[in-house]
Order: sequence, then structure tokens, then C-alpha cells
Amino acid sequence: MTPTALLLIFGGCLFTLGLLGALIRRSAILILMSIELMLNGVTVTFVTFSYLWGDATGQLFSLFVITVAACEAAVGLALLLSIFRLKSTVQVDEMDLLKW
Amino acid sequence: MVTDIAWLIPLFPAAGALINGLFCRRIGRRAHWIAVSAIALSFLVSVAVFRDLLSHPEGWETSLYSWISVGSFAVDLGFRFDSLSSVMALVVSGVGLLIHLYSVGYMHEDKGYARFFCYLNLFVFFMLTLVLANNYLLLFLGWEGVGLCSYLLIGFWFHKKSASDAAKKAFIVNRIGDAGFLLGLLLLFVTFGTFHFGTIDHPVTEAPSNPIATAIALLLFVGAVGKSAQIPLYVWLPDAMEGPIPVSALIHAATMVTAGIYMVCRSHFLYRLSPAALQVLGTVGAATAFFAATIALVQNDIKKVLAYSTISQLGFMVLALGVGAFGAGMFHLVTHAFFKGLLFLGAGSVIHALGGEQDMQKMGGLKDKLPITWLLMLSGTVAIAGVPPFAGFWSKDDILGQVFKSGHYVLYLLGLSAALMTSFYMFRLLYLTFLGKSRAGHGHGSHPPHESPKIMTVPMGVLAVLSLVGGFILGFPPEQGLFHRFLEPVFMGDGPAVIHLFGISDLGLMILSTGMAITGWILAHLFYSTRPELPKRLPQRFTPLYQLLSHKYWVDELYDRTVVAFCRKLSWFSSLFDLWVIDGVVNEVAFLVRWLARLKGQFDLSVVDGFFNGLGDGIQVSAKGLRRLQTGKVQHYLLAIAVGLFTLSTLYLFFR
Repeated sequence: MTPTALLLIFGGCLFTLGLLGALIRRSAILILMSIELMLNGVTVTFVTFSYLWGDATGQLFSLFVITVAACEAAVGLALLLSIFRLKSTVQVDEMDLLKW
Repeated sequence: MVTDIAWLIPLFPAAGALINGLFCRRIGRRAHWIAVSAIALSFLVSVAVFRDLLSHPEGWETSLYSWISVGSFAVDLGFRFDSLSSVMALVVSGVGLLIHLYSVGYMHEDKGYARFFCYLNLFVFFMLTLVLANNYLLLFLGWEGVGLCSYLLIGFWFHKKSASDAAKKAFIVNRIGDAGFLLGLLLLFVTFGTFHFGTIDHPVTEAPSNPIATAIALLLFVGAVGKSAQIPLYVWLPDAMEGPIPVSALIHAATMVTAGIYMVCRSHFLYRLSPAALQVLGTVGAATAFFAATIALVQNDIKKVLAYSTISQLGFMVLALGVGAFGAGMFHLVTHAFFKGLLFLGAGSVIHALGGEQDMQKMGGLKDKLPITWLLMLSGTVAIAGVPPFAGFWSKDDILGQVFKSGHYVLYLLGLSAALMTSFYMFRLLYLTFLGKSRAGHGHGSHPPHESPKIMTVPMGVLAVLSLVGGFILGFPPEQGLFHRFLEPVFMGDGPAVIHLFGISDLGLMILSTGMAITGWILAHLFYSTRPELPKRLPQRFTPLYQLLSHKYWVDELYDRTVVAFCRKLSWFSSLFDLWVIDGVVNEVAFLVRWLARLKGQFDLSVVDGFFNGLGDGIQVSAKGLRRLQTGKVQHYLLAIAVGLFTLSTLYLFFR
């Protein structure tokens, strides 16, 4: 097992954990946190490949991902606040107005 | 420079016609100021062009703009100024000016004063376009234009049925001729590929074969037969006398009817190629000169006599063309414009004085009452009769001499006898009208005949002077006079000049034709002055002949029975055909279409609508099931995305 493979497996595990959390959890806050976890998995993978190829592009992308993740969390929490004011809950399975 | 303004010649009358036509109500009685000054300007420019041509006889061309340009077919709106067109322009604008002046007096009481001058100006415009055109198509435009004006002016008093009938007759008979003319033009274009005179005439242009040249020449001549009133299409000209006198003088004596002569002269290069066509021209011309003269012998209407005389003189011109004497034909055209214009105007003066009476049997003794008119008519009569040394003598003798020298002795005899009859019927007209005792009934003419005003007599005086001395000035010595030398650059371009020296034979011919003129005069004197019972006795002795002549050979009746009746039958049959066959077919087709439409409507309702309704229903049913997928829960969608992504990646990994 080379360190590169270990790092890739670690990134894959982080992504899978985040995905499962986003699918299973009912609370919108926890779903947002799971998405952060997925993004982190992707970031780890980027940095690993950057290290592997000796190319700075991957690190550049990881910085982008962190920035976008921060913005996403800010916008997501703002949306959650306004939904909470409207429905007094943040459980996603109760938000099904956009159905048939 | 005159070459720069020459193109204005036809445009002055056009402007005059436009102004008088558009503002005729406002202008009213002042129309003649515009009309006369327009013609006067044209005349002045024509004189300037003429003076320029005296020093530069080769002439020039002016192109105003490209009229038609399609592929290789190009026609310019261009004018050609050479001696031939200049002579015609001078005659048209000069005689036109005099007749315009005369009309100021003659038409002064008429309601359609401005309309009359508008038409007259329009006519002069088209006539000048005709004679100045540098290609056949523009000539044809002018040709049709003068036909239109002739129609409008013959029917000027259209409230008279006879006048409107005569107008229609003139128009329709001319159409027959023009159909031939048009065919000739088409054949000409197919042969040469152009309408331009200069190109066709050019020595480089290959001459067409003889049959083609003959066909073109004869077809063009068909047009001339209509326009210049030759046998068999002359029947419209006597009826055309329904128009006002100035119209008869200008259009149906001096200018428009000579358009055919001019056109043949303009196409002389074609006619020179075809002796057969020239033979036809000579025969038709001589026959027309002879037969029209015989009819004129017994007419009693003063205008009808002059009309048949015009036909006869036009026959002389065509005869001249037929023996290749184009210069002589043009010479007679010019002198004829002088004296026949004068005679018509004089007759108008007589009719004017007598309050509309046209029957010569009811005139007589007017010599003392209308002394000026009498003198003017006398000078016109001696000119047309061919009494030397007046105008008609020189031109007619020129024609007869050339006919004789070309060896057409039969045609010469016909022409000579026509000349004798010309002299007779003209002096007959003079004697019946002015000499003897008055035969006027007391019923009409409450006021005694009065002499015409100056505005009418002065133009006649100018024409009289031209009739008396014009022939001598222009045509002496015969065949080498001023006129012939002036026209030489046009006619001598395509062959060596044939110079006849004035010889003893010419003198003999001159004496012979002078003898004819004098004999005619003496006969008329005998018939209508010394032995007035003769005109009554002769018809009794030669009743069939007299009947034949006074009924104008029954040509009108013949045409009525044959051509007109045939056309009527044909149109009756056509209308029946239209009513039964065409209408029947149309109705049947309409029925079929309606039936088909009903069938199609059924098809539309059941099959087409059914298909689309079924389609809509099917989509609705399937959508009812499918929309269950849209749960509104975000995590369901996320799951779908994850599963999809997983499936795609797995597939990618396995089947890479």
C-alpha cells in the first residue's frame, strides 16, 4: 500500500460517508454538514493527484472548492433560516410542496 | 450648340400637351398661347438643326437614355438628326405651327378649346418622335401615338355618332396595318438583332437574303398601307373627315398619313435589297392614285373630294418609292403638305363662312363674298393640279419622270391619267364652290357669308406662298434641285448615285404632264362654266359607271359584307361557345371541386382529428403514471443522482 493509495481511499471514504449522510439524515443542517464532508473528500483527492503528478492545478482547485464550500454553507444556512421561519421546522421530508 | 438642344424638339409639344391637358379647366380660352408657343419653339429648333445640317450633311445622333436593356437586347431612347428627319421635322413643326394658328380662329367657339389644343400638341409630339427616332421601336411608339391622336381628334366631336364611328373605323383599320408592321419589326429584329437604323444600314452589317428582305419590306409596307391609306386599307381616311378641319389638314393630309412614306424612305436600304417589294409598292401606289382620283371626280362633299385627293396623292408618293425614287417621293410629300394643308384650310374657311355647309352643290358664287379665300384656294388648286411653275408641277413631274425612266410604262400611264383627273376634280371643286351663281337654299345662312379673320387667312397665305414658289425653289432643276441635293447623304449611301441629265425626253415628259393639267382645267371649265348641262347628262348616259364611282366602288359595302360580317359571325359564334362550352366546363369543374372538398372535410374530421386526439389522450394517460416520480422530496432526487452516477461509473469502469 503506497501512501498515495491510502490517501485516495481516505478521500473516497470521506465522500461516501458524506453521501450516505446526505441521503439518510432528515435534518437539513446535518445534510449541509454531510455535503461539506463530500467536498472535503473531493479536496483530499485533488491534493493527492497534485502531489502524484507534481502539478499545482489540483491544489489550485482545492482552494476553489474550499471557497465555494464556504459560500455554499453561508447561502444554505440563510435559506434554512427563512424556511424555518416559514414552517418552524428544518426536517427535509416535510418540505414537499414541489410535487405533482 | 444646336446639337445639344436638338433633342428638345419633340419635348416642347409634349410639355404643351401636358400643361393643357392637366389644367384645361383653369386655362380654358388661353390654351392656344401654350400650344402655339410650344410648336413655335419646336419649329425654331428645327430650323436651327436644318441650318446646322446644311454645313454638316452627315448628321448626328443623340441618345437620351437606355430605354430597354435585357441581355443583348438594348434599345435607346435616341434621336437621329439627318437631312431626312430634319425635312420631316420642319414640315411637321412648320405646317403644324401654321395650322395651330389657324385653329385659334377656327375653333374659337368650341367648348373643348383646351382639349383640342392638348390633343393637337400631343399629336405633334408623337409625330416628331416618329420622324426623329433613331430606331424602329421608338418609331413604332410614335407611330402608335399618332394613331391614338388621330383617333382622339377624328372623334373630337364624339357626341356625333358618325364622328365616333369614324374614329373607331380609323383606329381599327390602322390596327390591321400595324399588325403587319409589328410582324415586320419582329422579323427585322430576328434578322439583324437590333432596331437601330444606323446599325442595320451600316455597310459592315451583313445584308439578309433576298426572301427575308422581301418579307420584312412587305410587312413594313403593310403598316404603311394602313397609315398612308393605300389600297386596300384606305377606307378610313374619307370617314376621318368627321374631325375638325384643322385636324384633317394637319393629320390626315400633311403629316400623319405621310408617316408611311417617311418610314419606307427611312428603310430605303431594305427596299433597295428587294426589287419584288418595290414592284408591289409601285403597283399599289399607282392603283391607289388612279382609283382614288376616279372616286374624287364625282364626290359632292368638299371635304370628301379633298380626302380622296389626299389618298390619290399618297398613291403618287408610294408610286415614287416603288421605282426607287425616294427623293422624289419625299419631295412630293413636302409640296403636298403645303398645298393640301392650304386646300383643307381653305375648305374650312368656306365651311366656316357658310355655317357648316359642306355640300358643293349648295355652294357657288362665293368668289365675291370670300375674295381672299378664293385667291388662296386658287393658288392651292393650281399647285396641286400641276400647272407649271407651281409646287405640284415640280414634284409630280419628278415622280412621273422617274417612273417613266425606270421603264414602268403601265404605271406611268396610270399616274398620268391620275394627274389629269387630279386637275379636273380640283378645278371642279373650285368652279362649284366659287364661280357661277349661288345655289344656297334660303333656309339656312341667315347672315351672309363672311370672310375669315386674319388669324385664319395669314397662315393660309404663308402656305399659299409656299405652294406657289416652294416647288421651284426646292426642286429646280429637276432631280438635282436643292431638295434632292440636301437628301443625297441619306439616300445615296448604299449605291452609286444615278444622275439623270436633264434632256430632251424630260422636256417631253414635262410638256405631257403640263398638257394633262391644262386639259383637266379646260374640261372642268367646259363642264361647270360654259356648258353646265353636261354634268347632268353624262351620268344619265353612263349610269353604271357613275353609280360605280359615286358609290366609291362599293368598297365600304364590300368590306361590310365580308370582313365585318365575318367578324360579327365569328364573335357571335365565340360568344355562344363561351356561354355553352367554356361556362359549362367551368361549372362542371366547380361542382367537382365542391364534391372533393366535402370528401376532404370528412377525412379531416375523422382521420386527421382522430389521430391527434388519440395522441393527446395517450400522452395524458401515460403522464398520469409518470408524474408520481415527482415526489417533491429532495433526498429522493439526490438518491436518483447518486444511483445514476454510481451506475454510470461502474459501467465506465467495466466497459472502458
